[in-house]
Amino acid sequence: MKIGEHDWHLDPLGKHIWRGRMETGQLLALARAVKEEGGQLVALWGSDDRALGGGFGIHVVLLTSSGLAWVSCALAADALAYPDLAHIFPQADRMQRATFDLLGIHASDAVDDRKWLRHGAWAATAFPLRKDFDPGLPATRDTDAYPFIRVEGEGVHEIAVGPIHAGTIEPGHFRFSVIGERILRLEERMGYTHKGTEKRFEGMDIDTGAKLAGRVSGDTHSAYAWAYCMAVEMATASTVPDRAVWLRALFLEIERIANHLGDLGYLGNDVALSFGFMQFWRLKEDWLRLSAKLFGHRYLYDRIVPGGVAVDITDSGRAELAAEADRIEAEVRSLKTIYDEHATLQDRFSNTGIVKPELAARLGLTGLAGRASAQAWDARAQFPLAPYDQLDVSMATQRSGDVLARAEVRFAEIHESLRLVRALLECLPAGDLHAPLAAIQNVCEGIGWVESWRGEVVVAVRIGADGRLDRVHPHDPSWQNWPLVEVGVLGNIVPDFPLINKSFNLSYSGPDL
Amino acid sequence: MATHLILQKIFKTGIVSEPAPQADPALRTHEQALHADILKVFGQSVAIRHLDAGSCNGCELEIHALNGPHYNIEGMGVKFVASPRHADVLLVTGPVSRNLETALKRTHDAIPEPKWVIAVGDCGCSGGLFGESYASCGRVSNVIPVDVEVPGCPPTPIALLQGILAAVSQDRENPGA
Repeated sequence: MKIGEHDWHLDPLGKHIWRGRMETGQLLALARAVKEEGGQLVALWGSDDRALGGGFGIHVVLLTSSGLAWVSCALAADALAYPDLAHIFPQADRMQRATFDLLGIHASDAVDDRKWLRHGAWAATAFPLRKDFDPGLPATRDTDAYPFIRVEGEGVHEIAVGPIHAGTIEPGHFRFSVIGERILRLEERMGYTHKGTEKRFEGMDIDTGAKLAGRVSGDTHSAYAWAYCMAVEMATASTVPDRAVWLRALFLEIERIANHLGDLGYLGNDVALSFGFMQFWRLKEDWLRLSAKLFGHRYLYDRIVPGGVAVDITDSGRAELAAEADRIEAEVRSLKTIYDEHATLQDRFSNTGIVKPELAARLGLTGLAGRASAQAWDARAQFPLAPYDQLDVSMATQRSGDVLARAEVRFAEIHESLRLVRALLECLPAGDLHAPLAAIQNVCEGIGWVESWRGEVVVAVRIGADGRLDRVHPHDPSWQNWPLVEVGVLGNIVPDFPLINKSFNLSYSGPDL
Repeated sequence: MATHLILQKIFKTGIVSEPAPQADPALRTHEQALHADILKVFGQSVAIRHLDAGSCNGCELEIHALNGPHYNIEGMGVKFVASPRHADVLLVTGPVSRNLETALKRTHDAIPEPKWVIAVGDCGCSGGLFGESYASCGRVSNVIPVDVEVPGCPPTPIALLQGILAAVSQDRENPGA
């Protein structure tokens, strides 16, 4: 694969997916070349390969003009460092810090080497993702001292919010430095919901792994389950029946619509338009109930399984879902007119929480929020895997990068997803729902890449020769986007923070792992 | 013009808090029975503080759904409050992560007596797929006393309502408990 003038000797691993192994020095050069052509770093994680005859490994996934490049560097058994990538791709910063907390390998010369996922629960000298980690270690009772960056000067004060918040949202800590009501700086501290997900995968059987993958971030269940299954099927060189692939896409679009409906309701609620909340949540509830009726689960949990899907759709179900899609479409159109005409809502939405396109590109804003800041990436449109290669997905983008832009992208994506739902139902191929996975002989690996409602979800899987999971890394797009919330709130007033935060609606559980 | 359109939409939509025509009839009687019981038991006022102690956010989706118009919980006197000091019930989701163990205990301590704790979801009830590990304390009852467990992944809004009812009616039936 060529990027710039140079051939990087990456091999095709699947459609739009490339695989390479290289020296750490070469990794830096590749990262620079990808940055230069306008690409992004998507994910970074480490692995303990000592049982496989190596040392530690560092893995990076880059989004390039030719697709997704998955590159690994083997570190020598006594080497615990790799070159810092955050000076090229700032979004790597927290991923590198988490990699150190879990594996004890660090990015040399990184500007920020504070801990990230480790609070006080385990000792600084223990690394949970090392294979020789002692799981019986008692929790430390250390207090979690974390050096926040202080803003000093006359009239500046701090507001500390969380980890427990006032509403039904996930836990995280926000440290605001303000003058009056205006935000000078926001610093996030996450990791509160770290529950050892990656360690849990180790030694797990492949089918249970799909269930756990779907619960990395529950609101993105189908995307994670699909990405995990895609990775497992790539690793084992298994083929999935066409009908199953189409049903997976149907589930993914149903999930996107449900989440967007909910978010548009909450965005209305956050500007005191409870009418908007009630209307959109009425639609969302109808949508969830139909999922429960047709597929047996309101959020389609565990309907995507390794080798295919666990549930079919009947002919009458197809007609019912298509009719509901038509109804929701008309309802959303009428609500859009109201949001468009509502002066208070427009006033609160526009010019609030701006992330300018240049900054979004520099810091790697991705997914829905990225598209609202002119970052035109949508894997379904640019690098479509089946069945999206037959559906011609139209990507929604905006340039203004404010709350309004993120709402507009959601409206556009609801309509596109409703179109996709109808197209998927109409052209659903006949055939089996499931095919057994090919037998596992040796250590094997694969990667899955799915455009979730929030942004790209990537799951990398290594299966041991015993057929059990050896290393699974699920990557949530919230990794890249959380730092941009810190940027988006600058200069805004504190009372607008909930609105700005909701307009991104990022996952805590996904990156906390 | 927005006001005109909003009013038009409201009148056209009607009241959905009564079950929609397509809804499962079994669901309908459940909903109505629960309304009456909660009103009777708790005199139109149950204040709930939700706490995510390490959830995957799946259970949160259903707690949000509970606040939607179909369930009309505010209409039956159940409301979610911002501070544990205003709460009667602590609704806890997730396996309890070690990073939130202290926060959960402090939140529990901050709720005035009498108080009830409901553990929500398979993870809250048993640790679920995450279990106990270097990072997870497992089920909620490993950390604070729990009155009611509502399993499910995630439990439906109806199951959550039943759990809330089970919690607040417990003392009345069995004052010693």
